[in-house]
Formats: sequence, structure tokens, C-alpha cells
Amino acid sequence: MTIVVCVKQVPDTAEVKINPETGTLIREGVPGIINPFDMHALEAGLQIKDRVKGTVIVLTMGPPQAETALRDAVSMGADNGILLSDKAFAGSDTWATSFTLSKAIQKIGADIIICGKQAIDGDTAQVGPETAEFLNIPHISYVRKIEEITGTSIRVQRLMDDGYDVIESPFPVLLTVVKELNEPRLPSLKGKMTAKKAEIKKWGRADITADEDDIGLKGSPTQVKNIFTPEARSGRKILEGTPEEQVDALLQELRGIKCL
Amino acid sequence: MPVIVNPEKCKGCEECLSSCPFDAIVMKEGKALINEYCQACMACISMCPEGAIIEVEKEAPTDLEDIHSYKGVWIFAEQRGGKVAPVAYELLGVGRRLADDIETDLSAVLFGAHQTEAQELICWGADKVYHSSDPIFEHFHDEPYAQMLTSLIMEHRPEIVLTGATPIGRSFFPRVAARVRTGLTADCTSLVIDKETKNLLQIRPAFGGNIMATILCPNYRPQMATVRPRVMKRGRYDETNKGDIIHIKSEGLQSRTKVLQTVKDTSEFMINLQEADIIVSGGRGLGDPKGFKLIAELAELLGGAVGSSRAAVDSGWIPYRHQVGQTGKTVCPKVYVACGISGAVQHLVGMQSSDIIIAINKNPEAPIFNVATYGLVGDLYEIVPLLIKKIKQAKGLLS
Repeated sequence: MTIVVCVKQVPDTAEVKINPETGTLIREGVPGIINPFDMHALEAGLQIKDRVKGTVIVLTMGPPQAETALRDAVSMGADNGILLSDKAFAGSDTWATSFTLSKAIQKIGADIIICGKQAIDGDTAQVGPETAEFLNIPHISYVRKIEEITGTSIRVQRLMDDGYDVIESPFPVLLTVVKELNEPRLPSLKGKMTAKKAEIKKWGRADITADEDDIGLKGSPTQVKNIFTPEARSGRKILEGTPEEQVDALLQELRGIKCL
Repeated sequence: MPVIVNPEKCKGCEECLSSCPFDAIVMKEGKALINEYCQACMACISMCPEGAIIEVEKEAPTDLEDIHSYKGVWIFAEQRGGKVAPVAYELLGVGRRLADDIETDLSAVLFGAHQTEAQELICWGADKVYHSSDPIFEHFHDEPYAQMLTSLIMEHRPEIVLTGATPIGRSFFPRVAARVRTGLTADCTSLVIDKETKNLLQIRPAFGGNIMATILCPNYRPQMATVRPRVMKRGRYDETNKGDIIHIKSEGLQSRTKVLQTVKDTSEFMINLQEADIIVSGGRGLGDPKGFKLIAELAELLGGAVGSSRAAVDSGWIPYRHQVGQTGKTVCPKVYVACGISGAVQHLVGMQSSDIIIAINKNPEAPIFNVATYGLVGDLYEIVPLLIKKIKQAKGLLS
């Protein structure tokens, strides 16, 4: 069984500070990490491999430095890494990103594709489902539990607003996962050694035979018009006094704005 | 690359580095270089004191269909268990405004549910409802939902199509956008028509709300977006509204996935965080899982939902579905009460757009106070019971 795990390298927000004047993120010198949701996707892939035997291939699209994300994944137990990197991919929105990933996945030939629910920088949650559509395969979003897996199908729980659904799908299928699914393992020492020497394949546009009109900025229907900082919150008020006085002051404030 | 650095002009001052929200500018051999992360937002151009960063004209796409032949605003009304989700009425509110601005009509699309629900959508402002009561839509399956909406879009060619940024909308809309080859903007918090071009300006938070981005889809139709629940005002309800209900044919729909069971949450706490007007959240400061009893008591008294920080979930005090923040849910209730939550960036990005934030924390230096409308400094086990008592008194529940 071939399991493809899609990961994205994102800035480590635990290391990100907010500029108090502008309210923007200070990202200089912030290390790149594997998107947290994708760590759960990778763990899911590794657990499936342990259960039913198979190969875990990690796939990412990004600039050359995204290679470190793939080596990190190999150190956790992934078998191979493939880096999609080409100037022609620059400026991709979710449509073009999904199209590019689907071309690469077609070339690999996967039974299960696993993605994190969303990336913590873009927060779109669109690349997984769009990729499934390009591959013309079913997908299941927000997987919180894998109940059963056989050689031909999988049964999972999909997290919804009011509970969860139990869903079954044949292979191939694409899953997007939430963090409740599992606890990602730590890399082993042996894994780290393997990762250092692992050969990371690099694929560009020619390797996945994608048309120029479908990738990068040209293939992206959406455009970022501008970026701005949201207005800072105002009216911050620290209430004073004993707990009772503070509670009274709070209730008075809330009554004043007709909130209670 | 639409934005490039002229290496002859670049002096290597590094002024541009911090202006880039995508980390797309790197220094190479003393010169700035724009890499593949560039989203062409142009933020760096004005930062360069040398005028070395320039925009390269983007090649206009060729062979585009005439985008002006697309007419009408559509909203997709999702249902679960036969009941239309409240976000649909908010979509009709914003949809009406957009339709009026571009002088077109507003339609709703409803899969599953009874026809009375379709009639309700007309009362909430839809001129037309495309409705299918095919049993395949009873449970949510991505494929038939996507296939049906795709063929409706192909046939009727609306210029704008919106749905709620809910688990359902965010799961199947991407498939539709991929299939019809158009743009989709996730989780928008503001939608405006550009007066000159009549394009839809789609405004959404990114990086957990630390920056806002305006997204356009100028050369493809329809312009598609998912809209964050509870942000848009509902339309006006008028039961005398007249509109057409169009029964759509749904032939040949298939789903390879199969819903075997739908399990409603049996948590003792109300948990639909994204629909809640009031959320009371607890964090590490609760000290132990029993603290959530107190949180739940306050939440119940206020008719609100129970949320939590990641620390409380990771400690096993409360299930993950209550988690607010970067790896949990993004919420924007009218009132958010944070009890014993210090306010790590990852939590703040999930709740800082709430109308009113009340923070209760022992530590006056806790970052949660930076975003709090009202801050109470003290022991939550002293303050919260007092709050409960006084609210009960005010409501006449206690003498």
C-alpha cells in the first residue's frame, strides 16, 4: 500500500512575536516547522503503515529550504520525501497548489493520501478537498479516528459541529485530519541518522507534466489585492478592587452596554 | 514572478524583509531575492528606499469565457438533520446587499430538507430557491453535493456563490471550485463589491487573524467564498415575501463514501462554539478537570457554550472539540469569558475577534489582558462563584 502524506512548511508561531506597534507578526529568524496538523497526518500514515504494511511518501511543495521539512518527516519514519520546487510554481493559490500536488500524486500512484485539516499560516483548509477532486477520488475531512482499515477500504469518524459521522470509503481516498486523531511520535536517533543521508527527490514542472496555464501565479484564479493589519482592539479596562468590587464593576459595565 | 528585485538598485539594506507577510524575501549575496512564497501582495514595494522592488506585469490569461455573461448571487444553504443552519440566513443578508449593489437577484440552493425549509429561505430574502429533496442529500456526502452544485453552476452561471465556512461548506466547496475552475476564498469576514470593476472584494484573516488579506478573482466566474458564521447580519424576515421554488433534477449522482452512522454529541456541555453568542472558556489556571463544572455552570447560566484552551485539552480535562485557538476552533461570539487562560498567541488568534472579551486571571501580566475588554485580576475560584451568584440575583433566581 502506498501512503502519501502532504505536508507544508510554515513559520513556527510558538516562536513568533507580535510587533506591539503594528500588530503584525515578526517572522524574521523564525524557524520553519512542519504544519502542526500535518504532523498528525504523518503520524496517521505511519500508523497505517505499521498496521497494514506499506510505504509512506511525504510530499511538499515549496522553496528549496522546504527540504528540511521532508527530512524531519523521514526522521519520524517516512520512507521517502519528494520536494515539488520550481520557479514556475511561485504564487500558487489553492487551486494551482492542489492541481500541482494532484499531478505529483498521480505520478506516484497512491492508495491513501493524508493531509492536515489546514495550514496554520493560510488557514484555508481547501487544498486537501481540491486535490481529491483533481484526482477524481473521494475525500473525508476532519478525521478524528480511524476505526478500521482493510486492504481495500477504510472506516473513520468525521468530526462535525454537532457530533461526528462514521464514514466508510474505498481506496484510493484522501483524508484530512484533526489533531484529536493521534499523538505524533518523536524522531528516533536512528531516524535522524537515516534522515541525514536520505535522498530527497526534487520534481519541477517538467517532471509532473503540468501545463504552464494551470500552475503558479498564472494558474491561480485568485489574487491577493492587498494585505493590511486589523484594527487593534480598543477599550481595554482592568477592573480594580476586591473580587467582589471587580465583579460588581463588571456587571455594571455589562449592563451599561446592555449586554446582560 | 510578478514582483522582482532589481539587483543593480538593491543596496542590501534589508528594509523589505519585515514587510513581507509570507516570508518570501531572502538575502542572497547581499541582495534581496523574492522566492516562491511570494503571493504578489505588493507590500514590499513601498518599503524599498531605493525603488529596487518592481512589479512585473502579469500576463493576461487567454481564452477566458466572457465573464460578464455570469449573472446572479447564489448562497448555498446547508442543512443537517433536515434543519437549515442559521448561517444560511446570514448569507441571505450579505447576499441581498451584494445582489442590490450589482443589480441582480439572489438565489438560494438547498439540498435535502423539506420544502417548508425552502419557503423559509424566501421569507429570509431569497428571490429563488433551487431545491432538491433527493434522499442522497439526507446525510452530508461531499461527492453528490459537489456534483450537483457544479452542474447547477455550469447550467445557470451565477457570478457569485457563497456558503458558510462550516465543516460542510469548507469540505465540499473546494471540490466545486476545482471542477468549475475558479477561485475560492476561505472563511471571509467581509464581502464588498468594488465600485469600479464590480468585482467581489473578499476580505479574510490569515495567520490566525494577525493580518487581513483582500482577495480578488478577477478573471474567472463564479467568484466563490466561504463566509465565517456569526459575522454577517441576517437578512430581514418577512413572511409575505414571494419567490420561486425550483425543483432540481438530480440524476446519476454517486457517492463513493458512505455515512454509516451520525452520532450527536452527548457532552454535558453545549459545544457548538461557532454558533454560540456567549462562550465561557477555561484553561490551565483551573488546576484540575473539576474546574470545568464551574465553567459549565456559568456558561449554562448565560446560555453559552463551554470552550477551553489547548493546555486544558492536552491535560485531558475536556475533549478536543471544545478547544479554541490555532489548532482548535476560531470563534467570534458576542461575549468571550476566559477563565484561567494566560493567552498564548495560539489561543488569542482563535478568539480575539469576539465583540467583548472578559478575562479572569491571577497574573496581572498575563497576555490575555492585552486583548481583554474587561480584565479581572484574582483567583477565578473566588471571582467566578461571585459572578454566578450576582447574575442569579440579578435574574431574580436568588433573593
